[in-house]
Parts: sequence; C-alpha cells; structure tokens
Amino acid sequence: MSGRITTMFNRLEGGRAALITYATGLFPGRKESARLIKAMLDSGSDAVEIGLPFSDPVIDGPVIQESSRLALENGATPGGVLELVSEIRKETEKPVMIMSYYNPILKYGLSCFARDAAGAGADGIIIPDLPVEEMGPWKEESDREGLETVCFCSVTTTDERISLVSSMTTGFMYCISLLGTTGIRDTVNPELFPFIERVRRNSECPVAVGIGISNPRQCTEVGKVSDGVIVGSALVKTVIDGKGVDGVGRLVRSLAESLRENGETHNS
Amino acid sequence: MSDGIENEIEGSEKIGYFGDFGGRFVPEPLMYALAELDAELKKALASKLFRQQLGNLLRSYAGRPTPLYFAESMTEELGGARIYLKREDLCHTGSHKINNTLGQCLLTRSMGKKRVIAETGAGQHGVACATAAALLNLECCVYMGEVDVERQAMNVFRMELLGAEVRPVKSGSRTLKDAINEALRDWVANVNSTHYCIGSVVGPYPFPGMVGKFQEVIGVETADQVTAAEGRLPDMIVACVGGGSNSMGIFSAFAGKGPKLVGVEAGGTGDGPGEHGSTLCLGEVGVLHGAMSYLLQDEAGQIAETHSVSAGLDYPGVGPEHSYLKEHGLAEYTSVRDTEALEAAKFLSAREGIIPALESSHAVAYAMDKAPEMGKEACIVICLSGRGDKDLDIIRRCG
Repeated sequence: MSGRITTMFNRLEGGRAALITYATGLFPGRKESARLIKAMLDSGSDAVEIGLPFSDPVIDGPVIQESSRLALENGATPGGVLELVSEIRKETEKPVMIMSYYNPILKYGLSCFARDAAGAGADGIIIPDLPVEEMGPWKEESDREGLETVCFCSVTTTDERISLVSSMTTGFMYCISLLGTTGIRDTVNPELFPFIERVRRNSECPVAVGIGISNPRQCTEVGKVSDGVIVGSALVKTVIDGKGVDGVGRLVRSLAESLRENGETHNS
Repeated sequence: MSDGIENEIEGSEKIGYFGDFGGRFVPEPLMYALAELDAELKKALASKLFRQQLGNLLRSYAGRPTPLYFAESMTEELGGARIYLKREDLCHTGSHKINNTLGQCLLTRSMGKKRVIAETGAGQHGVACATAAALLNLECCVYMGEVDVERQAMNVFRMELLGAEVRPVKSGSRTLKDAINEALRDWVANVNSTHYCIGSVVGPYPFPGMVGKFQEVIGVETADQVTAAEGRLPDMIVACVGGGSNSMGIFSAFAGKGPKLVGVEAGGTGDGPGEHGSTLCLGEVGVLHGAMSYLLQDEAGQIAETHSVSAGLDYPGVGPEHSYLKEHGLAEYTSVRDTEALEAAKFLSAREGIIPALESSHAVAYAMDKAPEMGKEACIVICLSGRGDKDLDIIRRCG
C-alpha cells in the first residue's frame, strides 16, 4: 500500500525527519480547531494527528486530558471529529490521522468507523490502548478500507515484540520516547537512542518518535535518529494558554525549522 | 468456569479472556509489565513457599478463616430462609480486601519491586494495600478521587498513619474510575520500579484472574463451613458487586454447583444516567481500564458518571469474569437503591449487632427482600464483605 503517509516519508527533502503535529479535535471549538490545524499545516507540519476526545485518556497527561475534557464539554462527538477531518482533507494532500482510544471507536462500530474515517479522507488511525494482541478485529476493518493503523513500541518493548509490532503496523512505527504519559518535557530521555537502535535492528518501517517531545532543541536531537517527530502537548498547551493560531503557527515553524537544519547538516 | 490462574476458558482461543470478556487493552509500555506479572504469578502459585507464606499471613495476620455466622435474629424476624453471614468484615483492616493485597504485595517483593500503587474508592482497598505494604516494607502510594477523600476522611488518615502517601485525584468525576486512570498513568511512568496493586477483579489480564485467585479463599471457607453447619450447600449466595472482588471470591467455589449466585449492584437513586452504578444490569459491552466487559457509557462511547451512596460501588465498569457469568446465565445480577441499602445497614446493626459497610448492605438488602419468599428449610449466605465504621457519617446524615 502506498498511501499519503508512505509518500510523505519517501519525499522528505535532504533526509530530514517529518514533523507530525497533534491537535485535540474540536478543541477549543469547531471553527478554532479547524483554523489551528490549517495553521499547523501551513507553518511546516508534514502531517497532522487529530484527537478524537475520550473521557478516560490513560496515556495522556494533564494538558491533553484538559483539552479533551473541554472539547467533550463543548459537545465533541466522533461524528463531529470526522466532519473536521473531512474539512481538513479538502485543504491539504498531507497525511491526516485520527488518534483516539478504543472504546469510542468500538461503540461507533469498528466497520462503520473504518468506513466513515476513510470516507472523511483520514489516512491512518492511532489507538494507544489497542496493543497488537487485541488489534485483530479492528485491523481487519481498517485494512479493508485502506486505512493505515499505526502501532506503538516503547523502551520496555522486547526485540521479539518489536518484530511483531513491525509486522502489524502500517504507515510508521510510533516510538514512545520515555516511560510516562503525554506532556511537556525539557530534555530527551537518553534511553531513547539505544531503544531506536533496537527498533532499527528489528524493523524496516519508518520510525516516528513522540510523547515528551516539546521544543525545537529536542526535535533536532530526535530528528537525527528518527524518520519523524511527533509533537502534541506543547501545541495544545499553547492553545490553552490563549496564544491562539499565531502562537501555534510560530511554534510549528520553529519545530519545522529545527528539522530542516538537521536535513541540511545531513547533506553537507 | 476458569480456574482463575490460566485465565482461559475452554473454547476461548484468545489469551486472557473469559469467553468474550477480558483481554489486555493497555498502552504498549505496560505490556511488558503484564507479561512479567503473569510469569511471576504462575511461578508464585506453583511455589510451595509462596503458598505457605501467604497462608501464614492470612491466618496469623489477617485473621482467617473468618466465621460463617448464623444470623438467628435476622432469620426469625424475616420469617423465611435461614441466613448466614460470611464475616469478611472481621478481617484485619475491616474488609476482604486484605486477602488480595497480602498476595499482591508478596508478589511485588518476589518481582524485586520496592513500590506499590493502588486506587481506592471507599478507602478499604487503599487501607488494605497500605497495611500490607507497611508489613512487607514497601513504599505505597494510593490514588483516591477527591470526592472520596472528602467522604472517607478517616480512611485517608488511616492510610497516612500506615505510612502511605494518599494522592487526591481531581480529574473527571473525581471518584474510583478516575483514581484507576491516575494509577495507570503512574504505572506507565514507573513501570520498572512499581507494581500496580489493583483492588478488584478488573483491569487487564492477568489482574482479574489473579485477584479472583487471591479472593477465592472466601468461597472455599464458606463451602466447608456451610456444609458443616447445614450438611449441604446453600440455596443462594448473595454478594455486592462494584468491580466485583468479594462476589467473585465467594462465587467461584459454588459456580455451576447448584446454589443460585446473585450479584447486587448499586441502584443509586434511579435508573437514569448518572444515578446509579448498575453496570451489569443497565450497561453495554465496551473497553475500560484494560478489559472488555460491561460498562456504563453514553451514545458516543464516553464513560458515564455514576452514583452510589457507597463509594466502593460507585464505578462504571465491572470485572470481565462477571460479564462472562452473566452472559452464560451462571449468575444473576440485580440492583438495590441507596435507601434500601441504608435501611439494611440499620436493620443489621440493630438486629444482629453488626454494622455492615454500605457496599455489603446492598447484599443484605437483597437477602432481606428474598428471604421471606423462601421456605424455612432454605438457606442463604450473604457475603458481608466489610464493616461499616467508615460509613457512620453517611448513615447518620441520612437519618
């Protein structure tokens, strides 16, 4: 399958890593959310993940918890997020992914959700509480609709398991940079580098690193060893702090810049 | 019925499932810890030394076996079935929770981990975990919803006195569900040094089967005791169901052997959304806290708010093995309103001199309703899972 995600990784100039940014869908509101995502794409984000908010997000730290809570209070539904995806799709050919937890998708109906997500123009789905052992029923539906399902590895994942996850994941491998929930950190966990080496030894697929990556300095560092860098909480925090579309655009530009500089160094 | 250890049921092809229920729906960083726990648990249960250590602690420290008490006055007053109370309220720390925490804290030590975390609703599991941690020299941190911290202030003090740190949880509905979320987040971050001592038969495999295994002592003792007293098995076993550990503990010895098994959920103030905790009676199948089981949710799959006068039953999920028992007609599930549970607590206190926990009072209320309809030759066992000292303020306020 050669969808938009694979195309993106193949076409990155100068061997630089891709910037994948996250926005909680329908946060702070319907229109603002669309504007924020468009601003991310216009400011140098290579792909976006749109969060479908869940009441009990166990892999998320305080920032994304808060944005999910507010989005739900404002009436966010799976249908609303799918409409948002569809609106974004009209504006871009870059990859758009949906990130959520298993229960809202299960309740929507696995085959209905796969069909409607593909219909809205989503390229991939990321479900952090659905490990490969439990993924069978969903995978069947997502494969049928041509949706990529991105699987996770973390520093606690054994070599054998990395191979297993690698055989299941499509699009890329989501590597968790540290032990912990999503959130803002200043530095990169030093254990990340030997972990990425293990992933490379046991897998052929593109590797994107997320959770705990918040600033340009970290992007530079992580972008040297990965094919993609995922930034979420730092952007959501910018919105919570009231810095709006401009603030988010500025942060995305600085993150994208840090990855481009990397690419140039690679070339020289 | 599974044997509670392998956690597999004949005909079920998937690991960690009770029929269609259970599984491991957790973030990838925890998969390693679940595999480690699974291996350690199998080793421990096969080890004579581990079984001896746990057996000794249950006898000399927790106060097992607990009595099976014939409630003569209650029986006479209700004028029907003979009623027995399995006195888990007499366990050290005041509830059946200690059976599980001693087991899991011993396991924590065998895994070489120095820290346990726990969630708590009423505070009973938190106190039991803090107690076992103090005894076995483990660092202990208990997550407790802010609402529960307020309504169970004495248990917070008790945990702190035992050396545990109590962290109030301010997210979501600020009750048991959110305490579990927060404990899971802590576990993701500290998985190498920490064991999550989950308090009920909920969570990802191998937790439901493991906690069920540590609680099955309730049913094993009851079977012997009731046979000695009555010369036969009882007609009915009644237990309250929040997550479902005391009920699973007493049910497992009797499932498929004749006695009718009845699980009583929190009926709260009504059947509307947010008014109850009747997960099996009014819920649907979904995924919460790592397992596929019945749960309470809205039309978009968001987990529902719940209500119960008893903090321990104020939970929108239930252990996957209960879902299996329900689906296969091996147990029956019903609910009792707040007001009925409060009346039952007062009745048992005045009639038998036993103040039950409001959780257990749900089981008492159901038995009070059914006993008069049954003949005098019939026999009911109620699992009196905890004592009511923690609930005195609530009972007093409700007049």
